[in-house]
Amino acid sequence: MSLVLERPRMPGIAPLLVLASVLVMASLVILPLVLVFHDALAKGLPPFLAALREPDAIAAIKLTLLVAAIAVPLNAVFGVAAAWCIAKFDFRGRSFLLTLIDLPFSISPVVSGLVWVLLFGAQGLFGGFLAEHDIKIIFAVPGLVLATVLVTFPFVARELIPLMQEQGADEEIAALTLGASGFTVFRRVTLPNIQWALLYGVLLCNARAMGEFGAVSVVSGHIRGLTNTLPLHVEVLYNDYDAVGAFAAASLLAGLGIVTLVLKTALEWRHAGDLASGRKH
Amino acid sequence: MAGSTDLALEIRGISKAYGRFPALKNVSLQAKEKEFLALLGPSGSGKTTLLRVLAGLEHPDEGEVRFGGEDFLALPVRRRKVGMVFQHYALFRHMTVAQNIAFGLTVRKASERPSKSEITDRVADLLSLVQLDDLGKRYPSQLSGGQRQRVALARALAIEPKMLLLDEPFGALDAQVRRELRRWLRELHDRAGVTTVFVTHDQEEALDLADRVAILSEGELIQLGAPNAVYEAPATPFVFDFLGAACRMPGTVVGDRLTIGDWETQASKGAPQGVVEVFFRPDEVAFAPADGAGLAAEIRAVAQRGPDVRIEAMVNGQLLELQAHGPTLPIGVGEGLSVRIRPMRPQVYAAS
Repeated sequence: MSLVLERPRMPGIAPLLVLASVLVMASLVILPLVLVFHDALAKGLPPFLAALREPDAIAAIKLTLLVAAIAVPLNAVFGVAAAWCIAKFDFRGRSFLLTLIDLPFSISPVVSGLVWVLLFGAQGLFGGFLAEHDIKIIFAVPGLVLATVLVTFPFVARELIPLMQEQGADEEIAALTLGASGFTVFRRVTLPNIQWALLYGVLLCNARAMGEFGAVSVVSGHIRGLTNTLPLHVEVLYNDYDAVGAFAAASLLAGLGIVTLVLKTALEWRHAGDLASGRKH
Repeated sequence: MAGSTDLALEIRGISKAYGRFPALKNVSLQAKEKEFLALLGPSGSGKTTLLRVLAGLEHPDEGEVRFGGEDFLALPVRRRKVGMVFQHYALFRHMTVAQNIAFGLTVRKASERPSKSEITDRVADLLSLVQLDDLGKRYPSQLSGGQRQRVALARALAIEPKMLLLDEPFGALDAQVRRELRRWLRELHDRAGVTTVFVTHDQEEALDLADRVAILSEGELIQLGAPNAVYEAPATPFVFDFLGAACRMPGTVVGDRLTIGDWETQASKGAPQGVVEVFFRPDEVAFAPADGAGLAAEIRAVAQRGPDVRIEAMVNGQLLELQAHGPTLPIGVGEGLSVRIRPMRPQVYAAS
């Protein structure tokens, strides 16, 4: 609170700058959002609901949920493990691991999809082996999961590392000297200390996992009702000039975005102290 | 010391290096049961590394640690039953004070774990031992630094440790609280009767608290002894310097006579012969009139500094900063006057 009070008063031009930024935000973010819902409901509620009840749409929703349900827990576990290593221990290759975690942020999602095609596609490195044993990865659910995991893996780790570094390892060491086993230390000391930051990271990871387009698009093959996730479904319908259908599906994704935003704000507001201070999102 | 002379802790030939930097060099020392041992040294002297070796957080490259005859190095941290207290408290921030204290009991295997009511009773006992009876339901963030450190002590004592390890426990507290807690810690140690190893860089704290003080420098044990013995006969110039303010002057020893400037006196027994360095405390000086015995000194400046008086004196071509206590100046001392000064307990070291 005191920080807010100590802020200098705004000079005369500041209200204009605030107004300008609100206008920019409105035209770039709020207007498109409103348009999504407007176009989805352009022909009234029944066509909107029908578009969502259509078998392909239901299949896309289910597939999106399935992929997220696999990828997000995997990345939560991976993120906690990586953050634990990096924040609590000093070892050779530590900064290399940090760079590796950031890699998906810096490369195009299309590349993140393409690497799996190069590995497991029909012409890929293991393509022959997979074909012989009748294992489908590309153009199937495993490929979608792999692509999503790769793209979303920095979210949880990035959220936890600064917080865990700030907290240090003293509490864990104290718990060890008090006779706790490694797992007990993790469960009773580390996890409660990072729970809100973990939830925050999982939330962001989930939003991205469900909304991911580029990487998933490369490995999906766009088979309707089989390998189309919700974002891909939107694209397919839009290319078919089915505006209502496309915007109806898009409104689900937009709704997901809004829910994520509300939860994220609530977390930041209620548990600001338990989240890392130097946030970069 | 609480009567017993049994050796509890035996440290033999401990060496530890981080890469090419040696943190501990062949350190050996023992502690008796229920003894309060202080590890004193400047930062980088290896005192904290030694404490971490005792806790099991570091493994030495060489050497042996035994506790009660048992090979301590073979035990992992969690089986050593040492209570550790950290400079920054390291309390579990998401647990209440009572939960913090109970932690060491609740993590035991079901077969060794006390019942819930026993744990509650034990926590209540410990809370009253550290004089925080009503604060069991608070969280660490709601306590002052001094209170947090007392909770940390109660938490460490809850497991009935074989040994208490304190890593600069008062380092983060202000001077007033630090002094109060110091007395209190000593009383607590005497009542709990646990062998205690205490790391500090504050010589006053170590001399005030400990039964014996081990002084370390650059990974080596320089001197080990009772606080008074160490203070009165520092083994090296480093120890003399580290334990308090020091004046140093060149001198010579021939036979059993020590000469400093124009003053000759009895040399201490076993003093090195030839050119020496003489150390004395700036407040352990007797003043005499200019025609008396001692070193000729010319008082340059006198300044009151709180309870002390600082006296700048030119002695033998060298400016010394002396110190006197109390509201009145020693007789004959005043700015611009000539006096003679006599160090009461000069320590003589071979010139380096």
